[in-house]
Order: sequence, then C-alpha cells, then structure tokens
Amino acid sequence: MSETSAQPAHVHAPPEGFWRKHVFSLDHKVIGKQYYALALVAVFTGMFLSWLMRIHLVWPAAKIPGLELMSKAGAPGGIMTPEYYLSLLTMHGTLMVFFVLTNAPFAAFGNYFLPIQVGAEDMAFPRFNMMSFWLTFLAWAVLMLAFVIPDGPPIAGWTEYTPLSAIGKDAGPGMQWGASLWGISIAIFCAASLLGALNFIATTLDLRTKGMTLMRMPLCTWAWFITSCIALLAFAVLLPACILLILDRHAGTSFFIPGGLVASDRLQPHSGGSPLLWQHLFWFFGHPEVYIAILPSMGIVSHILINSMRKPLLSAKVVIYSMMSIGFLSYMVWGHHMFLSGMNPMSALAFSFPTLTITIPATILTLMWLGSLYGANIQINSASLFALGFISMFVSGGVSGFFLAQPSIDIYLHATYFVVGHFHMVMGVASLFGVFTGTYFWFPKMTGRYMNEGLGKLHFWITFIGTYCIFMPFHYLGLVGNIRRYQSFVDDFMAPYIPLHKFITIAALITGAAQFIFLYNLIHSRFWGKPAPENPWNATSLEWTIPSPPPWNNFGDKHPVVYHDPYQYGVKGSGGDFVMQDSPEPAKGSGD
Amino acid sequence: MRPHFLEVKKSMASTTAPAVVPQSGAERASRSGIWVGIFAITMSFMAFSSALFVRQGSLDWGHLVLPPILYLNTLVLLASSGTFELSRRHLEFHTAGRVGSSGSGVAWLLATLALGIAFCAGQYAAWQNLRAQGIYLATNPNSSFFYVLTSIHVLHVTAGILAFVYLLGRLTIGSGLARRSFFDNTAIYWHFMGVLWLYLLMLCRIKL
Amino acid sequence: MGKLLGVVLVVIALVSAYPILKNQYPLPEDISTHGHLIDEQLHDTMVEAGISFIGAQLVLAFFVWSFTGRKPGSPLKDLPGGARMLVIVAFVIVGLEVLALGAFGQKAWASVYFTPAKADSLQIQAQAEQFAFYFRYAGPDGKFGQIHPEKIDEGNQNYFGLDPENDVAARDDIVSGELVVPVNREIHLMLHGKDVGHSFFVRELRIQQDFVPGLDLSVHFTTTKIGKYEIVCTQLCGLGHYNMKAYLNVMSQADYDNWFKQQSAQ
Repeated sequence: MSETSAQPAHVHAPPEGFWRKHVFSLDHKVIGKQYYALALVAVFTGMFLSWLMRIHLVWPAAKIPGLELMSKAGAPGGIMTPEYYLSLLTMHGTLMVFFVLTNAPFAAFGNYFLPIQVGAEDMAFPRFNMMSFWLTFLAWAVLMLAFVIPDGPPIAGWTEYTPLSAIGKDAGPGMQWGASLWGISIAIFCAASLLGALNFIATTLDLRTKGMTLMRMPLCTWAWFITSCIALLAFAVLLPACILLILDRHAGTSFFIPGGLVASDRLQPHSGGSPLLWQHLFWFFGHPEVYIAILPSMGIVSHILINSMRKPLLSAKVVIYSMMSIGFLSYMVWGHHMFLSGMNPMSALAFSFPTLTITIPATILTLMWLGSLYGANIQINSASLFALGFISMFVSGGVSGFFLAQPSIDIYLHATYFVVGHFHMVMGVASLFGVFTGTYFWFPKMTGRYMNEGLGKLHFWITFIGTYCIFMPFHYLGLVGNIRRYQSFVDDFMAPYIPLHKFITIAALITGAAQFIFLYNLIHSRFWGKPAPENPWNATSLEWTIPSPPPWNNFGDKHPVVYHDPYQYGVKGSGGDFVMQDSPEPAKGSGD
Repeated sequence: MRPHFLEVKKSMASTTAPAVVPQSGAERASRSGIWVGIFAITMSFMAFSSALFVRQGSLDWGHLVLPPILYLNTLVLLASSGTFELSRRHLEFHTAGRVGSSGSGVAWLLATLALGIAFCAGQYAAWQNLRAQGIYLATNPNSSFFYVLTSIHVLHVTAGILAFVYLLGRLTIGSGLARRSFFDNTAIYWHFMGVLWLYLLMLCRIKL
Repeated sequence: MGKLLGVVLVVIALVSAYPILKNQYPLPEDISTHGHLIDEQLHDTMVEAGISFIGAQLVLAFFVWSFTGRKPGSPLKDLPGGARMLVIVAFVIVGLEVLALGAFGQKAWASVYFTPAKADSLQIQAQAEQFAFYFRYAGPDGKFGQIHPEKIDEGNQNYFGLDPENDVAARDDIVSGELVVPVNREIHLMLHGKDVGHSFFVRELRIQQDFVPGLDLSVHFTTTKIGKYEIVCTQLCGLGHYNMKAYLNVMSQADYDNWFKQQSAQ
C-alpha cells in the first residue's frame, strides 16, 4: 500500500481546560498514559492478590493482618477460606490478562507511539479512542465492585467454565453477583477493545505520512497493528459469549447448561445447553488473547534491542512475516486448551498440529534476536537489560509449550503447575519485560526526564533472578503431579514439596517488593528525574524527532517525510552511527 | 466549531456524483473504520451462529414458526436502503467533500429514517406476537436464539438510525452541510444492516 | 554489566536444568499398560526441550558476553549465513521436530482414545459432584439402573438418584466411594457429571479426563500393579475442589471377587 497523500490540518482542536487536557482527552498520548496508569493499578492489585495466594498456600492457617477488612466472609479472623482463595485466584487472572497484559503493552504504548511512529497527528478516531479508555476504566470499576459486594468475587477462575459459572448461586459463594459482575465487566472490556482495535487498524492503514510505506514502519508499530487485527476478531467472539453467559445466569436460557444438574441439592431449571460451547467460544478468544499479550512486547523488544545494539536485525521483513504468521496461526490452535475436555479426540490431533507449527515462527523470531546480537555493539542500560532478559524468558516459557502442545503428554500435565509455569513465564514475565523495557526506553520521550539508571538496573536484577526463582520450579512441581487451583495441598504426597513452595513464596514476596523500586522510580523521575534531550538514545524512528514530551499535535504544523526504514544503525550519519528516519541522508540499502 | 477541512483532489462538483473513493487520510481512515467495524460485527454474528449450530444438536431443539410480520419488516428494511440511494441522487455533492441538502434529498433521507424506525417497530411487533403465544426468551432454545439474534441486530440498526438523525441534523440546521464521508459510510453501514438481516432471516427460517 | 548478564544466564540455565538432569522430580510410577508410551514421549520431548533451552540460553549468554562493553569503534559484523540461514534452520530443525513429535506422539493418544474398550472390559460408572467421587458397579445382574436426577438424595446416600423400588436393574447396583478394580483387567470407566465440570486424574495411571455435564464420556485403562492410588479432581469445581479426591484401589482378582461378593450381599 502506498503512503497517503497530504494530511488534514488538525484532527481535533488543541485541548483547553483541565478536563479536556487531562481527563476526557482526545489526545492519543494522554489516553496512552491513562491506559498505562490503569494497568499500573491493576498490576499492583494483581500482584498483591498473588502474594495473598502464595502466603496462604504455604501457611494456610496464617492470620493475615488486614485481610478481614478486605472480606469478613472470605477471611474471618484474617484466615483465608478456601473459597476466598479461589476468588483471589479468579480476580488475579482476570486483572492480569485483561487489564494489565492487554492494556499495557498494547493499549498504553500502542496508543502513545503508533500515531507518532507512522507520522500522524493523532489516531484516526480520537473520540472513539477516548471512549475506548473510559469504557475500559468502567469495565475495571465494575470488576472491582466484586470485591465489595457481600457475596464476594467469583470463584470459577478467569476462564469461568460453565456450568459452574452459569447456574448462579447454587454453584457456590461468589457465583451470584460476583460472576455476573465479571460477565458485565468483560463484556464492556470487549466493546472497549474493539473500538481500540478499530482505531489502530485505521490509523495504520490510512494515516501514514509521506514516505512511510508499510514496510518502513517500526517493528513495534507492526506488532501493534497485527495485534489489533487479532484483537478485533477475538473480542468480537468473546462479547457474544459473555452475553449468552449473562442470559443463562439471569434470563433462564440454557445456552451452556445441560439438563438434569443437581447442585446444592437443587435440580437446576435448565436443559439442553452445552458446557463445551462456552469452552470453544472462550478459547477461540482466549488463545489469540495470549498472542495479543505477547506480540506487542515482541515488537517493543525488537525495536529497543536494535537501538541498544546499534545494528539492525538481520531481517526486519522476516520478523514482520513471522509475527504475521503467529497472528494467523493463533486462530487455529484454541482446542489445545481442550484436549481432555471431551471434544472429539480427532480434533485434539487437528489442533495439536498447528500448535506445534507455531513453534516455527516463534523459533525464527528467537533466532533473529539471537543471531542479530552477533557482531553487535550492545549498550547496556535498564531498557536493554530487560530486552535481553525478554529473550531469555521467552525461550524458557516457550519450550514448555513443546510438552503441552502434544495431547499425549497433556494427559499427564494438564491442570498441573507445569501449565501455570508455562503461561506465567511467557505472559507474566516475558510480556511484562516488554512493558518494562518500553517504559525505561520511552520514559524520556514521554516526560522529558530520564528514569534513574541505578534503580532501573537494581529492578532488573531482582526481577530477572526473582522470576526465574518463582516460575522455574513450577515446572518441576507439575512434573510430579502438583495440581493447580488448589487452595492448599492436603495430600501426603505433596508434603516433601512444601519447602519448595515456601521457597517460591519467599521469592515472590521479594520479587514483588522490588516492583516498588520501579514504581518509586517512575513517580520520582516524573518530577525530579534528570532532564533528557530530545533523542537520548541516539535512536532513529519518528518519535525521536519531536520534543520531549511531544506537543499536542505531535509534529507541530509540519508533516514528517520519511526516506527509509527506521533501523539505519551502523551507518555514518550526521548524528553519529545512525541516520534518522526522516533524514534524507544516504542510508544502507534501499530500506524498501 | 472545529475546523474540519479536508484537502482533496479536485473532485467532480456534479449534483449527482456517485460515491467517490475518499481522498484524504481522515476520509480514508473513516472508510477503513466502517469496513473494519462491519468485519467485527460479522464476526460476532458468526459466533452467535456457531453457538446456534452447536445448540441445535441437543435433543430439546424444536421448531419456531417465525411471525409473518418479519417478512414485511424485511421489505421495509430493503426499501430503506433503496430510499437512501434515492436520496444520494438528489443531494448536492460539493467539492471539499461536503454534501448539502437540495430539493428532495432530505425528503428521501427522512423516508429512510421513517422506514428504519418502522423496521424496529415491526421487530417489536414480532416479539409481541411471540409473547402473545407464550413464547419468551427462555421458553426453548429456538426462541432464545430468535430473541437474541433479532435484538442484537435491532441494537445495531438503532445505531444506524442515530447516524441518520445526526446526518439530517447537519443537513437541515446551520450551514446545511454534512461530511461526504459520513454520508457514504452511513450508507455502507445501513446497507450492511440489510444484508445482515437477510442472513439472519434465512438462518432463523432454516434452522429455528 | 553485560558480562555479568552473560554469567547469570549460564548459571540460570545450568541451575534450571540440574533438577531435571538429576531426575529430582520424577513422574510417579506408572501402573498402566499404556503409560509407558506417554512417559517415553515426555522423555523425548524433555531431551529436545532441554537442548533448545540450554542451547538458546548459552548462545544468548555467549553473545551478550562477547558483544557488550566493546571498545568504541569496534566493527559491526553480521552472522554468517544471515537471516536466510536462520529461517532454514528454524524450518528444518523445528519442522522436523514438529513432525516427529506430532507423528510419533499420537501413539499414546491413540491407545487411550482411538481404541474402543474391549467387549469384556469391566464397566464401572464414575460420578463427580461437588465435592466427591462415587463409583457404581452394575452388580450381579450386570445391568446398571436408571439415573433419576430428581431422586438424588445425599442424606440417604442415594448419590446416583436410583429408584430400586421401581427399577429392577438398580436393586443390585453397588455404589462405592472407592474405585475398586482387579489388576490386569481392562476397566471401562464411564464418566457422569452431576452438577458442574470436574475431572478425573490418577497420576500413576496416566489417565486424565474431564467430566462434562450433559456428555457421556468414558475412558478405559488396564492397571498393572496392586495398590492404592489417589484420584484427584483437576477441573475447578468450587470451594471444595482442592479436597475432592477418592482412591483407586487395585486388588488381585481374588481380592476383588471377595470385595464384590461382600458389596453385593449388602
């Protein structure tokens, strides 16, 4: 696709007044920061919940100070009940997957930087964009309401399998209004994400500046674009699923509930529905969702790695096509979450094959990152440390996928800690490392100040080693048959592994505490950090051609013109060993 | 008032200009946006459809006789697409991507709005018809899908109706000009509502 | 600090691999006829995963060590072979591995799911409910009675909702809280979910299968070793999920016959 013709003069007026500037802003940069702030609140909440879970697992009878204030029913005398553990587990997963991993790498950084990186003044639909954020905020508020209602949050896990999630209060505590709030919250989140995806796609296709062909876009922009395509289809399926679930719960329909169920000694007034239908709809969304969580981080890491090593990747095109293949394949594998669900065993093999095949583009990406490091001139700083750490984490999290992709092996490993280890390493760590690297890298652009390097490095080391200490042992526990979603381990056979669980808990507490170093760094640097120049990293993409922080319309009244790809490093330019994307200086290769 | 000017290549200033390919970045973006939105809506209805196909495999799947007014509603909706296109022929298409009212253009748009509202009223009548027979949302799986599919469709049609109200407002109040791209995109969306309804009607007729 | 990262990566790789290499977290003993297929598959995968994991971490460590902290002005180099070589490597090595795992891996799956239960297998029905497993045997008449959900009465231990008064077949059905089976005999376990989703998992048996309310699912297996093995629920089913367990009690044929006779007499 060719680049667009001349841009409109202004997509929206310059913001005036406190509310327009900081609250109901149409500016993609403010919206990006709002998403980031929401993700920050969600991640610390989710982390706090995980602390509570880890403490309870190894000290089940412990009186946790303050817990009774959080829920009298859930933790009388400060001792967590089994159902409250499941509530915390459900909210932890829901917050982390939706409000952190979809918000931070994708909505936050994507909103802030995609328009700038393609040379646009703002997103295509600024009002939809604002609506998108505030709907997401509403979704979060509705979800958090589950903590304060008397019956508490739902206990069916972030996957909310039916009939447990559909029959209502007979299923157990939290499954009355808690589960309904979950359904409503996620439905709103779907609508918000659809609007967001719409914006990303339209902006990428139609608002690129002169010279900005698709192949000249930065890799993170590509990642956000591919992610938004995936998100469009995925959330468009989850929304109907949530609607049908809410109807089953409140309108007496039976989409997901079969007949003859007796729960809490009551024959449930439903019949004919299919629990597997929920699983299919949910995972048709759910699997692409995890690629929505990882792809932006892959793009961000690629973008920052190139800058840090002062050398382009061996082939940006290969990386782009690999990310596209991952996006495409992500729609063909959802059944690998359902190998043992009772679906046709032939389907298991049908899903296993593309699941194993996805290893190919994932391997290509890993080899691209590794192979490009050869012969580079890697600059070490907080951002690059997290980028390099990402590669390590992605490998670790990815190889456990080899096991789970095979139905035979899944017979044994399904629902064990092996699975929990796998997805935490790829999502909970690798994806988050993408957010960290993006934060350290782009903070100077967003605020005009550096983050503190010393604290950043300290944050990296504790987090890197700490997350390995937490999640690598999960795989061992899975191998011996430690089942997941248990609030405590009452079997004799688990006794020898409690010390390992204690080790994990301590590691989790320490690693979690280190995140406060990051939070402190973020807040302190925002106001008192060392002032940063316009291009502190000697970087080349368009965001580094504008002031820090950028003006409301990004490029002032000018429209940038782009002459080559954004990865002209190792080239003699007027600034040093790089040539900026909007510089007509001679570049290496045609740059497409 | 927001400055809203779109730089376009010199376009035909004919009063009967057909829908032209949008020129500027913002126009192209809004065109992409409407198609992307249509794609997402289609995907959602595919999800509902697959739920239907799975659910119909159960033993309690019965048969729902569709209220006859649905067929009248179909004609009304298709007619509204027709009146929309008629309004296109009678509106003035200016340079700088504007469209203005002239003669019967607005009248045809009003007719489209009326037919759209009539469609919604007709769908409501269909639901009333079923309720009079004691068939509600949870009565049986067939009725569940009927109510869900038709109500979600009506919800989307209502969004289109709101777009018409806005369009008519722009054409009749103040400068009397609306954005050409808004007009065209509303048309695309509205015609899609008709196509989607034809699909849903066929699905309900054959499967429910 | 780049060098430090290189060192830490090597340490992490070796420390992570150590417990696996030393088999410190072994799978529970396999007491089934098909389990060895799964164990072999898992072992082969572990070797491949291990090589990939250690290889990638060591390469990363080596490159980080070699290419950080370089003197300013050091020349940049490209990996010989470039992107093309790496793409080919990925396709060939991973492609072959994918085919191998996929093709050979289905043996274990097929043996569990594609072969039907033998005609003379012992039929036992398992019911999962919040928060217990119950097992039903057809009794001396060899026929299972009908299940009536509305007749389920936990208080009177009528877990299956049987109607012995009106249903002849139900009169001699044996209901047990333990899954008692004779060794070396194929068992055809029919899974019935009473309320929400549950799952049946016996680690040593290498059998795991969800109970889906509304679906008639079953698994079949043959045990090879006498003993008591834990059955755990692995599908989140509510607050008692963590404690929902029963026992698979594998007995000699003689002991089983005695047990069966005793139960029938009641």
